[in-house]
Amino acid sequence: MSVVVKLEDVHKSFGLVEVLRGVSFEVSAGEVVAIIGRSGSGKSTALRCINRLEKIQSGSIEVCGRRVEAPDLDLRALRQDVGIVFQSYNLFPHLTVEENIVLAPRRVKNVKGAEAHALARTALEQVGLSDKIDAYPEQLSGGQQQRVAIARSLAMSPKVMLFDEVTSALDPELTGEVLRVMEKLAKGGMTMIMVTHEMGFARRAADRVIYMHTGKVWETGTGAMLGSPQTPELKNFLANEL
Amino acid sequence: MMYTFDFSSLWAYWPEFLAGALTTLEMTFAATVLGLCIGVAGAIARGSRHAWLRVVAGGYVELVRNTPFLIQIFFLFFGLASVGVRMPVLAAAVLAMVINVGAYTTEIVRAGIEAVHPGQIEAAESLGLSVPQVYWYVILRPALERVYPALTSQFVLMMLSSSITSQISAEELTAVANNIQSITFRSLETYIVVALLYLVLTVLLKSGFWLLGQGLFPRRRRLGTPL
Amino acid sequence: MNGGFSLYYFYYLLEGMGWTVVLSALAFVVGGAAGFIVMLARISRSAALRRLVFVYVQIVQGTPLLIILFVVYFGLGIFGVEMPPLFAAGLSLMIYCSAFLGEIWRGCVEAVPRTQTEAAECLALTRWQTLRDVVLPQAARIATPPTVGFLVQVLKSTSLASVVGFVELTRAAQVINNSTFQPFLIFGIAGLLYFALCYPLSIWSRALERRLNVSRRQA
Repeated sequence: MSVVVKLEDVHKSFGLVEVLRGVSFEVSAGEVVAIIGRSGSGKSTALRCINRLEKIQSGSIEVCGRRVEAPDLDLRALRQDVGIVFQSYNLFPHLTVEENIVLAPRRVKNVKGAEAHALARTALEQVGLSDKIDAYPEQLSGGQQQRVAIARSLAMSPKVMLFDEVTSALDPELTGEVLRVMEKLAKGGMTMIMVTHEMGFARRAADRVIYMHTGKVWETGTGAMLGSPQTPELKNFLANEL
Repeated sequence: MMYTFDFSSLWAYWPEFLAGALTTLEMTFAATVLGLCIGVAGAIARGSRHAWLRVVAGGYVELVRNTPFLIQIFFLFFGLASVGVRMPVLAAAVLAMVINVGAYTTEIVRAGIEAVHPGQIEAAESLGLSVPQVYWYVILRPALERVYPALTSQFVLMMLSSSITSQISAEELTAVANNIQSITFRSLETYIVVALLYLVLTVLLKSGFWLLGQGLFPRRRRLGTPL
Repeated sequence: MNGGFSLYYFYYLLEGMGWTVVLSALAFVVGGAAGFIVMLARISRSAALRRLVFVYVQIVQGTPLLIILFVVYFGLGIFGVEMPPLFAAGLSLMIYCSAFLGEIWRGCVEAVPRTQTEAAECLALTRWQTLRDVVLPQAARIATPPTVGFLVQVLKSTSLASVVGFVELTRAAQVINNSTFQPFLIFGIAGLLYFALCYPLSIWSRALERRLNVSRRQA
């Protein structure tokens, strides 16, 4: 299997605070990886480094054959390959659901009229929101907004998708619909890296779980690892999560 | 078209420039103090229980804010003179400035008062504070601290507008410049010098207000956060 | 020949009022275009450009409009050509508008949450596309109330054009007062005419702001 994302000894500081202290891991095509850990463990930062929302101080990150830390990186090409969904959805409030979805395909890939419309329809079908195509974000529930955000990202046909705590801002009864969409994507073969607090979901949907602690990859394994943690830190973390 | 700048002939007039700048500062000081008093009174009147007070204060604010300062000056100065009220030019100029800035400060202070949470007033009343005490300690002081930046930039704007009083020959900086350029015929140079002097006054005034704010509002000084 | 205030004078005031509107519109449109450039420069990636335009804004905002008017008027004069007062007044007001509108609009652009820019850039939009399709439409909504409010400032500021002899409303009132000597009446009427122009705009600006606040609270 080909490697899509590869981090090697990545270091990252905000001012004097070192957030990532030598992080390394690989993600292969079609793999679903969940990153778990306490807030402050560096898991979101690691994710944001992958599409260079944050710049790293040392180490290397390779995404789809591109060196992310290279000064001559084609940032826009990188971001066409990497989709990201945020905790706070970040839909564009002045655009309808369809406009939100087709904005980037139109501007970046020059997709025209009917073709763009079809693209929006397909993406919305995938997240089960075909009937909301003309709605504005504020008319939707949080869970629906987050599904539109996933559709918006999907419409760019990324090679890998990043999910940054996408259910953390949602009421418990709305997280289910978003997680179901993500599970469907995972089954469909999408390469996914997700930072999450949903332990049950990580165990069920992820091929591999990475536990991060104090800016390092502390423990890694299949979903079953959550049933038999090796380090006291993970044991402790899991005990507090439940 | 070549033009040779000649600032040298203006050197001789530095005492006049200085005197004009000082006059501008003095007028600004007077208008700031009096304008603030009007602003506080106006803001209280706009929130008064008496409808007529609210209407009078509201009318004053709207009339002043929706007409040019220059028209207000002419109305006041020439108007009063036409009915036989003679007052020194500088007094008329400051009066016009006070009336003008009073309307703006009324609105600013009112916004500050409206931002005071009703629970604060209830708490103060239930502690047994008198009405004036509630007004001073619980409403006005936090309101003024909150709107201090808006107030001070309004006063800086007023200092700049004071140049308009030169149109009734109040001997402030701009009027001084008008005189000097008519003697030296170095109009462009004169007004460039005066523009620089106004910039210096702006910086001085802003720094002064900042220092004053540090002294007046210990909470802001220590925490550095807006209220 | 001390004729009282007559209908003829009133027409003369109305004509002056027309020129006040023309000058305001000119200053607002041209100054708005310049202000847009000022705003772009203030959010530019080039620190040198940002600093340069910052200095420009500080100078314009720290100098009385009257002095800017004199500098422009006499500055144009050194070219030896007699400039029409409308041109000098228009140019000064344009400079004034560009600095103030530029700063107002920069504030509105910066009020659009950074996460919006981030999301757009993660979709591979260019910086310019992000600005045009995502940031500016949202900033425009925020900017409407203060921009309408500033229009009131512009209308009032055009009264200073009277100083260089441009016959707008204030100048017209002065001219009439010089022959009738009824300052309370003449300047009172002129003031009311200004009020008739400015007050509706003030009310509109406040209504827009209220609406914006309501929709924000719901969001």
